[in-house]
Amino acid sequence: MNSIKSRALELLSDGTVKRVIGWEKGEGEADWSPALFETAEEMNSFVYGDYAGSNLSKYCLKFNLAEGKTLVVLKPCDTLSFNQLLHEHRLNREKFYIIGAGCKGMKDENGRLLKCNACKGKDFEVYDEIIDDEESRKPLNVFDRMIGVAELEKMTAEERYEFWRGELSRCIRCNACRNVCPACTCVKCVFDNPASGVQSKAPVTDFEENMFHIIRAFHVAGRCTDCGECSRVCPQNIPLHLLNRKFIKDMNELYGDHQAGVGTEERTPLTSYTKEDAEPSVVHERGNA
Amino acid sequence: MSVTNPNWKPKIVAFCCNWCSYAGADLAGSGRMSYPADVKIIRVPCSCRVNPMFILRAFERGADGVIICGCHPGDCHYTSGNYYARRRLTMLFSMLDYLGIERGRTRVEWVSAAEGAKFSKTMNEFVETITNLGENRKLGDIRCKKS
Repeated sequence: MNSIKSRALELLSDGTVKRVIGWEKGEGEADWSPALFETAEEMNSFVYGDYAGSNLSKYCLKFNLAEGKTLVVLKPCDTLSFNQLLHEHRLNREKFYIIGAGCKGMKDENGRLLKCNACKGKDFEVYDEIIDDEESRKPLNVFDRMIGVAELEKMTAEERYEFWRGELSRCIRCNACRNVCPACTCVKCVFDNPASGVQSKAPVTDFEENMFHIIRAFHVAGRCTDCGECSRVCPQNIPLHLLNRKFIKDMNELYGDHQAGVGTEERTPLTSYTKEDAEPSVVHERGNA
Repeated sequence: MSVTNPNWKPKIVAFCCNWCSYAGADLAGSGRMSYPADVKIIRVPCSCRVNPMFILRAFERGADGVIICGCHPGDCHYTSGNYYARRRLTMLFSMLDYLGIERGRTRVEWVSAAEGAKFSKTMNEFVETITNLGENRKLGDIRCKKS
């Protein structure tokens, strides 16, 4: 979509914004990476299209205190992450100019992205202007995103254990899932603490990777918009979204439907309560043991 | 899983809130109500203080079962701590279950300062459950094991 590029260039040239966060082409045809553009010249390499899968909300954090406004191009699902960061007071809305970019479902070299198969709709939560077309407003064909979780829940405990051992023992602790996650915004991360016991780079033990992944998913529980970036960036193709979706599914079932990043409600299921909540033993009483 | 090591005895970590359950344990003691010595109590200001990581770390370092005791919902010294803890622990237990960890290894029980008998009964029950489940093999860290 050239109009996004020309509009961004226009805003950059007239001084409305100081910089633009967008995408540029990487080494491969399907390899588009997030990029920062500060001059009209740099804007030549700006691209937007089928491979602009990455969620740029996280990159905004770096420019929250920077001088002048920052233009950021967000797809509909990315605006959820951005809005969630606004809820958490991590971003100042005044510092950003948001172009809502129409999205027809993003791809990588293996076809349509996993997150787009569970498309959350085409509505923008926050934007200054929207640039889209007829085609990008059409809803995508989506699968029920909880199918994977439900399949695992049907297994026996022993099968689940084997499944997760197989997946999580491949983890190389590169921390890409943490670094890319727009909900993981702590300046000092618990995993960077050498005393945390989970900072080792090499998977040496049975449980350490499990612990890392449980805690990673737990820290974003209730705030995770299910943007799927963690699974997308995992170099070992670990289905990390299955952990996040498990939390989402549980919270929806026990505490009522909640989609992080929608509307203006700042409370998430884990930062609120009711007196009638289920007791923790409820998870031990249901279905398969 | 059966017990393979004949000398194995369960190690239980009990997180007890300062205001209710710890006093409950005290009452059990002064009332001469017995509970197994396998239970190691860690006093926390509130059940809400229990970071999910505490529980995972306890397992990693060799605990066979972890039980969290707090004031009854509505009786929290800090008004609402145990309501938050309840949601949080529900989520954690669900996740452990999802990863295929035996369900009996974690438990939450609300014990007030006047319930010494309940404390002793709960601990006896829990130790029995863990003894039946056997050694914790799935969650341990080999570096923390004595060979």
